[in-house]
Amino acid sequence: MSSGVPDRRILEHELVPEHRVLSFEEAIALLRKLGVKPWQLPQISLNDPVVRLLNAKPGDIIEIKRRSPTGGVHIAYRLVVAYERRA
Amino acid sequence: MVARVERFEEPFVIEKIVFGLLSPQEIRKLAKVTIIRPDVYEADGSPVVGGLRDPHLGAIEPGERCPVCGNTREECPGHFGKIELARPVLLPHLGDYIYMMLQSTCRRCGRLLLPQDRIEYLRRIYVRLKEKWPRLAEVMANSIAKEASDVTECPHCGERQFKVRYIRPIIFYEKRPEGEVRLTPIDIRDRLERIPDDDVMLLGVDPKRARPEWMVLTVLPVPPLAVRPSITLETGLRAEDDLTHALAEIVRENEKLKNFIQTNAPETMIEDAWLTLQHVIAAYIDNELPNIYQLTHRRRRPLKTLAQRLKGKEGRLRGNLSGKRVNFSARTVISPDPLISINEVGVPVEIAKILTVQMVVTPYNIEEARRYVLNGPFKWPGATFVYKARQGRKIDLRYQKNYKQLAEELEPGDIVERHLINGDIVLFNRQPTLHRMSIMGHIVRVMPGKTFRINLLVCPPYNADFDGDEMNLHVPRLEEARAEARELLLVEKHILTPRYGGPIIGGRQDYISGAYLLTIKTTLLTLEEVSRIIARSEAPVDLMEPAILRPKPLYTGKQIVSLFLPRDLNFRGKAKINAGDLKCENENCMNDSFIVVEKGKLLMGVLDKNAIGAEQPNNLLHVIALEYGESKAREFLDTIFRSFIRVLEVKGLSMAYSDIEIPKEAKDEIDRLTEEARREVEELIDQYRRGTLELIPGRTAEESLELKIIERLQKLRTDAGNVAIKYLNPFNDVFIMARTGARGSDVNITQMAAMLGQQTIRGRRIWRGFRTRTLSHFKPGELSPEARGFIKGNFRDGLRPSELFFHAVAGREGLVDTAVKTSQSGYMQRRLINALQDLVVSYDGTVRDSWGNIIQFKYGEDGVDPMRTYHGKPVEVSRVIDRIRSLRGSRGGWRQEG
Repeated sequence: MSSGVPDRRILEHELVPEHRVLSFEEAIALLRKLGVKPWQLPQISLNDPVVRLLNAKPGDIIEIKRRSPTGGVHIAYRLVVAYERRA
Repeated sequence: MVARVERFEEPFVIEKIVFGLLSPQEIRKLAKVTIIRPDVYEADGSPVVGGLRDPHLGAIEPGERCPVCGNTREECPGHFGKIELARPVLLPHLGDYIYMMLQSTCRRCGRLLLPQDRIEYLRRIYVRLKEKWPRLAEVMANSIAKEASDVTECPHCGERQFKVRYIRPIIFYEKRPEGEVRLTPIDIRDRLERIPDDDVMLLGVDPKRARPEWMVLTVLPVPPLAVRPSITLETGLRAEDDLTHALAEIVRENEKLKNFIQTNAPETMIEDAWLTLQHVIAAYIDNELPNIYQLTHRRRRPLKTLAQRLKGKEGRLRGNLSGKRVNFSARTVISPDPLISINEVGVPVEIAKILTVQMVVTPYNIEEARRYVLNGPFKWPGATFVYKARQGRKIDLRYQKNYKQLAEELEPGDIVERHLINGDIVLFNRQPTLHRMSIMGHIVRVMPGKTFRINLLVCPPYNADFDGDEMNLHVPRLEEARAEARELLLVEKHILTPRYGGPIIGGRQDYISGAYLLTIKTTLLTLEEVSRIIARSEAPVDLMEPAILRPKPLYTGKQIVSLFLPRDLNFRGKAKINAGDLKCENENCMNDSFIVVEKGKLLMGVLDKNAIGAEQPNNLLHVIALEYGESKAREFLDTIFRSFIRVLEVKGLSMAYSDIEIPKEAKDEIDRLTEEARREVEELIDQYRRGTLELIPGRTAEESLELKIIERLQKLRTDAGNVAIKYLNPFNDVFIMARTGARGSDVNITQMAAMLGQQTIRGRRIWRGFRTRTLSHFKPGELSPEARGFIKGNFRDGLRPSELFFHAVAGREGLVDTAVKTSQSGYMQRRLINALQDLVVSYDGTVRDSWGNIIQFKYGEDGVDPMRTYHGKPVEVSRVIDRIRSLRGSRGGWRQEG
């Protein structure tokens, strides 16, 4: 893993969508709404630069608000995990 | 629907499948015989005892009794045998696991190469992880193995560790300071045996199901005869299965090795025989491994061993499990029939007499059923079988004489296997089955002849034509399947495609020409002509008052079209001919190329490809299908489209030599343009030779020159084409076809009437051929247009020999491109579909795989079904406004300006 903190300015970059860590209550509510276990969510690496800036821990759920060419704003959720998905 | 009520065993529910390794004990327990002889038969033809066809491997001959289980070949499941290996042998496909285990455990004490407290810590985490997040546990095991493999000294016994080098698939070396030492399977097995169960678990392997040392074989299971049946050739000779040949090779090598060891042969000879045995066993498992001697049939064809049975297109998985063969299907050539509905398919009587549907006899249909039985199997519509419910008997009508008696004896509850009749639903398919419209439900219409008949309008979804195409037909067997086919698969349910929001079914070629000729302003029809055209549609319509009353009553084509449009339809759009001189932006235009439908009346504009064509989003058909439903759209397609064809039958549409003839002035003008272009190109070449050519940024002088020449010659062709088209009669049939989008394009007309233009390979002018020139017709190094594939000639006047050659060269490139493109995109599609096939849009709008994992939080990020959109737009605001306006019943103040 590379050391050092990523540059905060990446958050302002136009290609980086808005990320937010869900609170515990929000996360529970989300999982209940979708009827899924945490690992059934898409995942995001702990080493992702934005995740590191947000200080998220494995098991946290991150809300990503993306601009979508079809749907205006699309909200996705990702589970922070401590490993890279194998190829 | 089974005739005989069968008694089923209480079904087992498969809860899970576990994969593991067979232990030597298990193999020995399973084995009923030890194979020690490579031969199959004795001289007298009986199987060799202890050979590869030993009777203990299971009964497979008719009448044979199995000496192990006492069953005949129907009941005997087959039994394994074994080969006791003289020396252990690695399992080649598990080499990577062996490598991982050797690297991460101690070479002396076999412990995982991590400190005891670390091991305990990891184990605590691993056990909990395994329970709750099994997939994460796998990843953790990998990282543990990686961590341990870097250790150089055992934390348990202090032994120094060496790196291991692995040459796939079976060779291992240890890198000791004194040099590399080969690890024999015996060494490897010893080391694997020493790894304690608890440490094995941390490497991601369940020691109860797969002890590491089981990856090194000491005894090889021999599969039962049923797995490798021999076949008897017509000559009476027996040919053994490839697996038997491979096993014979193994037994031979094993016995040789055993013999060497017993007779104390020199160590090198033993080593050699041992290595051969390893190779043979590796090939038995997978005959396509790298660095392995392939087993072959008498020095030629490689044997099909275990892995080859499973792998690839013809393998067990793709060939037999994913791809099965079916009954109740038919295949023949297709031909067109514009008079049947798009929902129908014409089925030859011959086929209808073979394909059957089961019908359960009830008091309500018993008379119908009797009629079929009475007709027998050879007269359509008849029946081929009768299942008597009470007797539990199946009667084959082919061998019955007295149909009458059978018909009388029919009673409710019996099942009659009757011929395919009109109105049955079947599935119809054309390969390649690239999208869901490649298999659709059709209603049967039994016809004379030997081909399947389809309506021309369903050609686009199947991508079919009639140059010899064949299609497949399947009869659904269950009432459920038939209902599903009717509700979901019927052709009319697929007029709109989910690929892009638009109709995939629609007119092509003659339909478009016919619609155009019917709707142009000059078409005025007498009552008799109108009757003829409408009659073909077979639709009951009420004629309106003719548009022209005097001197004699005449109808316009647009009036006829209006008869078939929904009463309250409003539509506006540009026609295909809306270009060039006939440009129209809105209804205030006299060119008749802007379509206006108001309250179901076609007021303005001609119908051409943009209105009724297939695969044209936002056209008239699309709007009807979306807003009035599929069945209304089908009705439209089944009625007026036939009339379009009738228009052509009445008016005639063809192509004559004179249609592509242009007057002398046009030719002179084209010659002038050509001369001009030639001068400019010469000038460019001149500039290039002098070095004064203006360069295009990022290009060399040669490239710049070529680009400029191509650009100029391209322009010449367009100009020449425009000249030719300018002189063509607009009522010329070729011109009509090109402009309405029925067939051909302006380029085609140009090439026929004016000139072929520059021929290219890979976007460049033709340069290949002889060393310094393309053909011997030209001077060495010549860069002129003619020498590099420019064709001044046209198809009408003919080409010069060099021109013909250049045209053939460029034409060949096109053929090669299509061949390459189809194979590449086919493979890409296959991979995509394999990855996406189980994804489902669930009721909450999320996209999930079969495990319930979320792939996308909202389908398409907008939750829109593209099939029900206006070319991707869920709502077309202008149409909503139109609708409101028509509901208000007034146009005042709402009309758009400009």
